[in-house]
Amino acid sequence: MAEPKIPAHQRYGLVAIALHWVLAVAIVSAFVVGLTLDDMPLSPAKLKLINWHKWAGVTILALSVVRLLWRLTHRPPALPEPIARSMPGWQMAAFHGTHHLMYLLFFAVPLLGWAYSSAKGFPIVWFGVLPLPDLVAKNEALAQALKPAHALAAWGLLGLVGMHVAAALKHHVIDKDGLLERMRPGGR
Amino acid sequence: MNRLSLLARPALLSPRAWALTAASALLISVCHEAAAATATPAKAATPAPAVAASVATPAVAPITLVAAQSTVGFTAKQLGVPLQGQFKRFAVQTNFNPKSPQTSQVSLRFELASASVSAEADPELGKPDWFATAKFPQATFVSTAIKATAPGRFEVAGKLSIKGVARDVVVPVQLTQAGGLSTITGTLGLKRLDFKVGDGDWTDTSIVANEVQVNVKLVLQGMQPM
Repeated sequence: MAEPKIPAHQRYGLVAIALHWVLAVAIVSAFVVGLTLDDMPLSPAKLKLINWHKWAGVTILALSVVRLLWRLTHRPPALPEPIARSMPGWQMAAFHGTHHLMYLLFFAVPLLGWAYSSAKGFPIVWFGVLPLPDLVAKNEALAQALKPAHALAAWGLLGLVGMHVAAALKHHVIDKDGLLERMRPGGR
Repeated sequence: MNRLSLLARPALLSPRAWALTAASALLISVCHEAAAATATPAKAATPAPAVAASVATPAVAPITLVAAQSTVGFTAKQLGVPLQGQFKRFAVQTNFNPKSPQTSQVSLRFELASASVSAEADPELGKPDWFATAKFPQATFVSTAIKATAPGRFEVAGKLSIKGVARDVVVPVQLTQAGGLSTITGTLGLKRLDFKVGDGDWTDTSIVANEVQVNVKLVLQGMQPM
């Protein structure tokens, strides 16, 4: 195990790290459940999964609000100087672009799903307890348009997550620059 | 006692269909004391001899259903999410007289195949686990006793039959009259599993709740004033 090259003050804060990993697990799980649902015949199990998916989506949306507010009020650590120096311009652009787009989709994907559910005429009751307002009125034509929009946005987010993971692994495996230390759970 | 008949289905309101109407009136009459029941279709010109033969009372304007303003809906909960459904086709027969509830009767017939909840659920509703419409095309409610409880309020006791299961129920209803129209509204809480509605895997009430609310709004023309 190489000595981490990232000093403690250049790591993300504990809250940011916790939100990052909780949301990572939640988003990937919600995506897998959403994909599974698509070709399931109607059954009690499907209804259960649909509702879990919706509850997860609303939870992701709520945590993303917290995360954005936290991000805006807590400046993330700057890239370590040697890493920032060695990154070509396009990598820097991809780094910023990916993060901005991911933040956009953290909101867009659940909101499109919520609107789809509303348009279908199914209100969301969070964890079966808290009824949420409908985003749009029941409208089958709108629902048919929102469904592919939700799916497209979700695939877009998955693609960005893939790039994000690939870039992180590249730093870890190829560059061996210790960048992952910044977001490693279980701080030192 | 007069038995007045009418049907919600527009197709059956045509004169040609009176034979069917009268026949169903007879059918439901049989459910009661057949001897006491007489049928009074709209005019003496009814082509239903079996029923016409028993008409001894002077023609009274029948109570007719204003189908476009009447609804039979139901609400069920799926993991806490309310689902609204409705029966699009139903028939009503009544001689309801607000001044004489004890001699009044009301019968309803619901076409189970006309039940609708959502585009995804509707193809399931006719299957054996749900309404089994091939075997049980209709659900019926036939009153056995009606009593007034307050001005404009009545309790209608009767037998509700769904999917081959008959149960005694009491439906509190409210009657309002305005502009020649009488509106009867009532709500009945049911347990779907009592009638085997949502059988098999669907008996899990943590997914689809057992409790179902049925909301009936009947707008009728030709009823005696309160």
